[in-house]
Amino acid sequence: MSLTDELYRETILDHYHHPRNQGELNNATIKIEGVNPLCGDEITLYFNADDKTLSDVKINSHGCSINTASGSIMTECVKGQSLENVKEVINTFKTMMLSKEDNTELSEELEELECLRGVKKYPVRIKCALLPWNTLQQGLERLSSGKTDNQDQYVEK
Amino acid sequence: MMNIEKIRQDFPILDRKINGHKLVYLDNAATSQKPNSVINAISDYYKNNNANIHRGIHTLSEEATTAYEDVRDKVAAFIGAKETKSIVFTRNATEAINLVAQTWGKTNILPGDEIVISAMEHHSNLIPWQWLAQERQAKLRFIELTPDGLLDMESAKSVINDKTKLVAITQMSNVLGTITPITELSKLAHAHGALLLVDGAQGVPHLPTNVEEMGADFLVFSFHKLLGPTGVGILWARPELLEAMPPFLGGGDMIASVWRDKATFNELPWKFEAGTPNIADVIGAGAAIDYLMALGMDNVRAHEIELTDYALKAFQTLDDVKIFGPMDAKLRGGVISFALDHIHPHDLGQILNESGIAIRAGHHCCQPLMRDLKVWGTARASFYLYNTKAEIDLLIEALKEANKVMGHVAYR
Repeated sequence: MSLTDELYRETILDHYHHPRNQGELNNATIKIEGVNPLCGDEITLYFNADDKTLSDVKINSHGCSINTASGSIMTECVKGQSLENVKEVINTFKTMMLSKEDNTELSEELEELECLRGVKKYPVRIKCALLPWNTLQQGLERLSSGKTDNQDQYVEK
Repeated sequence: MMNIEKIRQDFPILDRKINGHKLVYLDNAATSQKPNSVINAISDYYKNNNANIHRGIHTLSEEATTAYEDVRDKVAAFIGAKETKSIVFTRNATEAINLVAQTWGKTNILPGDEIVISAMEHHSNLIPWQWLAQERQAKLRFIELTPDGLLDMESAKSVINDKTKLVAITQMSNVLGTITPITELSKLAHAHGALLLVDGAQGVPHLPTNVEEMGADFLVFSFHKLLGPTGVGILWARPELLEAMPPFLGGGDMIASVWRDKATFNELPWKFEAGTPNIADVIGAGAAIDYLMALGMDNVRAHEIELTDYALKAFQTLDDVKIFGPMDAKLRGGVISFALDHIHPHDLGQILNESGIAIRAGHHCCQPLMRDLKVWGTARASFYLYNTKAEIDLLIEALKEANKVMGHVAYR
């Protein structure tokens, strides 16, 4: 099956079966849910941040391998980073997944994301990979708006 | 007995190759494939008879009108309805349920009344009643399921009472395959003065259906799951109910006389068919009925019992598989929801697609049922008259392969 060496590379399966930073953060600065109503992927994202740094992040995933692996790798890429860096990483990943050309270069710190590039060939599943990132993006918007106590949900369209 | 190989030749799409493999189409609960006769009926209509129906004086309009109205007779015969005027064309089953909720519901449901549905309803037989109940301050109640996925009649007896105005229930679950005891429910509902609406979206395409024998007051279904085109649904209701219901959508064709400030409305069934209907696809739907009636719905059902029984047994040869719904093929339709340990249904759908096998993965528009089952979604294989045991073997082989792909790599 071609998927064995493309979509379901070992890295994805490793993160799927052993997701990093999985769980909840008590008293998180931001808690935000992300759902994809079409396929039923659901995540809850927690992070602690001040106006400069995203100090800690956890994710509770109930999704497919792509969704879970993408969220797991995301937490590793953004944890402890400056907010500026976090936004740049989000941009880099979204550009890689959404651009028609396949020439987005990943720095050494982000090379784990390489395994998700193959998902581009399966348009319906790009959303599985993007859900954690779009949810984080919406969480950061809430952080900068100062309305941190709002209940919020990102819905993948 | 049906000759399945001969039947398969009537469905051109079954020759398609997907990812280098012959298509194995097991997503029939979502929509069925279409035989040549349906495809040709639609293209013939556009090539030879296309015109707007009713009120036309010219030949084409008369031909189109006759072809369209003839399908109403066919639908009536297909579901055992006594009167053609009790057949209303809608866009789909969903629209038919919304029609009943918006017209019968708004004139008959009062504060304190109760509407009863089941725990396994499709969102289309849930949301319209949620809205109606909220708007009319009525109560929406649920018949629960037994542990093996059958409708719990003890639960039905406890929730249906003299406050119940409507029982709206699926004929066959699109997730569990469960066939519900409609005749029994009809007696129970009627004993309390309530009406019975049957959601036949899954049932009518696969089970011999007779509205009189069922004791139904409303029946809805969609043609795209029944070898027909998308965009055509049916509302059947007892004529006296339709007579008393206010119109649904306003516009052309549904009126009798119109003044600046008022209007009177057309007779049944046209009172409920505002605007130019989906003429071509209704004609295509007529060809679908012809096809099924020539085969006989009893034969279709017998074939599907055989397939389902075979599949249920084959599934049990797999490791770590969980099947949802009753295990007796006679109590269920050919819809099998299942889960493999450690494999998300979405991943499963993708892996099977690599072998040309089309199944569905997700919540199947039944999120409350998914919560009851404590799953995020299921994988679902669903059969129709053109499916074969050989295709089920391919499915089982591909599932074994998926187990290898998703499990062993990570744990080695």
